[in-house]
Amino acid sequence: MSTVQASDFICILPQIILSGFAILVMVFEPFVPAARRVMLGWFALFAVASAGAALAWTSTLPGTAFGGSVEASFFSIFFMALFLLVAALCLLGSFDYLARDHVQHGEYYALILMATVGMCFMASSTELILVFLGLEISSISTYILAGFKRQDALSNESALKYFLLGSFATAFFLYGIAFVYGLSGTTNLTALAERIHAQSSPPIMLWVALLLMFIGLAFKVSTAPFHVWTPDVYQGAPAPVTAFLSVGPKAAAFAVMLRVFLVTFAGEGAVLFWLLWISAALTMIIGNLGALAQTNVKRMLAYSAIAHAGYVLVGLATGGEEGSASVMFYLLVYALMNVGAFLLIAHLAGTGEHWTNIEDFRGLGFERPGVAACLTALMLSLGGFPTTAGFLGKFYLFRAAVGAGLTGLTVIAVVTSVISVYYYLRLVVVMYMQEGTPQAPSAPMPWPLRVALAVCVAGIFLLGLFPGNVLTLAHLAAMPLP
Amino acid sequence: MIQDYLPILIHMVIVVVLALALMGLSSWVGVRRPTREKNAPYECGIPPVGNAREKFSISFYLVGMLFILFDVEVAFLFPWAVVYKSLKWFGFIEMFIFVGVLFAGYIYIWKKGALDWSR
Repeated sequence: MSTVQASDFICILPQIILSGFAILVMVFEPFVPAARRVMLGWFALFAVASAGAALAWTSTLPGTAFGGSVEASFFSIFFMALFLLVAALCLLGSFDYLARDHVQHGEYYALILMATVGMCFMASSTELILVFLGLEISSISTYILAGFKRQDALSNESALKYFLLGSFATAFFLYGIAFVYGLSGTTNLTALAERIHAQSSPPIMLWVALLLMFIGLAFKVSTAPFHVWTPDVYQGAPAPVTAFLSVGPKAAAFAVMLRVFLVTFAGEGAVLFWLLWISAALTMIIGNLGALAQTNVKRMLAYSAIAHAGYVLVGLATGGEEGSASVMFYLLVYALMNVGAFLLIAHLAGTGEHWTNIEDFRGLGFERPGVAACLTALMLSLGGFPTTAGFLGKFYLFRAAVGAGLTGLTVIAVVTSVISVYYYLRLVVVMYMQEGTPQAPSAPMPWPLRVALAVCVAGIFLLGLFPGNVLTLAHLAAMPLP
Repeated sequence: MIQDYLPILIHMVIVVVLALALMGLSSWVGVRRPTREKNAPYECGIPPVGNAREKFSISFYLVGMLFILFDVEVAFLFPWAVVYKSLKWFGFIEMFIFVGVLFAGYIYIWKKGALDWSR
C-alpha cells in the first residue's frame, strides 16, 4: 500500500477534520453538563470553520487521490463549500432551539458534522462505491436527526418514515451500481465513461441500471413520484433539522446526478433526457399544486421544496455547461432561501413547535415588523421575484433550457412557478393584511439565529443584484462537466 | 450480454421449484400424529413454565446490540493480522486510528451508562 501518499490525505482534509471533530464531540458529550452543551455546538461550528479553511487550502492543490477515487476539483469544492455553509447556518440556528425544546444533546452537533462528511464525499468522489458510502453516512445521520425529539410523536413518525423509505431507496441505488459493475467491470466513473463509450450499442441492461440509480437519487432529492415522504418528514422533524435535510442531502444528490448522468452516462442522452424531462414536469406540477392546499407552513415549504427540485431537474435535462452552471447557482440560492425560511419558522413556532399553521402568523407584520420583513424577503425569493436571488436563479435555469430548445418544459416551469407565487404570498398576506395577534409567543430572537438569518437574507439580495462572481465560479465548476 | 444472465435465471427457477417441491412433498407425503408434547414450543422434555411473551429489560437489547457492533469490528482485525507484515507501519497506523475510533465509542457508551445493567 505504498501508493498512499500525504497528498492523498490533503485532498480529503476537510472530511478528515470534520470526522475528527465529530468523534471528539461524541466523546466530550457525556462529560459536559446539559446546561453547557451549547459549548459543544460552538465547538462543532469551529470544526466547520476549520474544514472551510482546509477546503481553501485543498482548492489550491486540485487533483485526484487514493487511486483516482476522490478528486479535488472546482466542482467538488463548490459543493463542499455549499455543504459547509449549510452546516454552519443550521448549527447557528440550532443552539437556542435545542435549549428551548429541551433536547440539549451533544450528539446533535456530531450528527450534523457526520452528515456533512457524507455529503462532502458524495460530491468529491469519482468512485460509485464511495458515492454510496457517502450517501449512507449522510442518510443515517439525518435519519437520527429527524427523530431527535424522542418524546414527540410526530418527530418519531418522521424519522421512521424517512428511515424505511430512505433505506429502500439507497438499496435501489446500490442495485444500479451492481448492474453497472456487471456490465463494465468497474465502478470508477472515469474508467466507466471510457468503457461505455467504447461499446458500439449500449445494452438494455445499462438503461435498467440508469433507471435504478435515478430512482435512488430521486428519492433523496424528492422528485415526483418519489416525493410522498417529504411533507410528513419535513413536518415532523425539528425545524432546524428540516432546514438541513431539505438542502444538504438534496444538493449532494444533485451533485451525484450531475456527475453521473451528465458526464459518465452522457452517451445515453435520449433515454436520460426523457427520464429527466418527465420527472421534472411531474415534480413541478405536483409540488406546486400540492403546496396550494397546505395549511401548515412546514408542509407548505415541503411541497415548495419538491417544486424547487423540479426546477433543478429542468437544468439537469438541459445539460451542458450552461445547464450545469445554472443548476449549481440555483442550488446555492435555494440553500440560502430554504435554510433561512425554516430557521425563522423554527423560532416563530415557539416551544414544542406549536404554532406552525399559516393562520398563526396573523398580524405578525405589525407585532414584529423586522421578523415579518425577513420572512417576506425569503418568501419573495422562493417565489422568484426580481431583485431577489430566487428570480435570477430561475432566470438562468429557464434561459439555459430555452437555449437548448426545451421550450415545452420551460413553459410548464414558468406556469407552475406563477402558481407558486400564490402560496408564498398567502403567508405574506396573512402577516400584513389580516387583523389579529400572532399566536406565537414573541420571544426575542437569539443573536446566533440573527447572524444566520442575516447571512441568508443578505445572500439573497447580494446574489440577486450582483450574481457575477458566484456565477463565474459556477461556470468554472461546471467546465469539467461536458 | 443479456444471455450472460441465463445461469442466474436458471438458478432462480431451480431454487423456487426445489423449495416448493420440498414443502409440498412433506405436507403431502408426511404423516402427522400430533401429541401434546410434540406441540410444546420446545420439545426437550422440560415442561414449559409461564408465558412465552415475556417482557425483557431494554438493557438486554442495548447490550446485545453493542456486543454485535464491537464483535463485528474486532473481526476486521483478523485480515489485518494476516497481512500485517507486508503492510508494515502504514497498516499499523491505519488500524491504530480504527481502534482509536472504536475506543472513543467505548468511552461514550460507558460514560452514558449503557453498560450499567442496573440502570
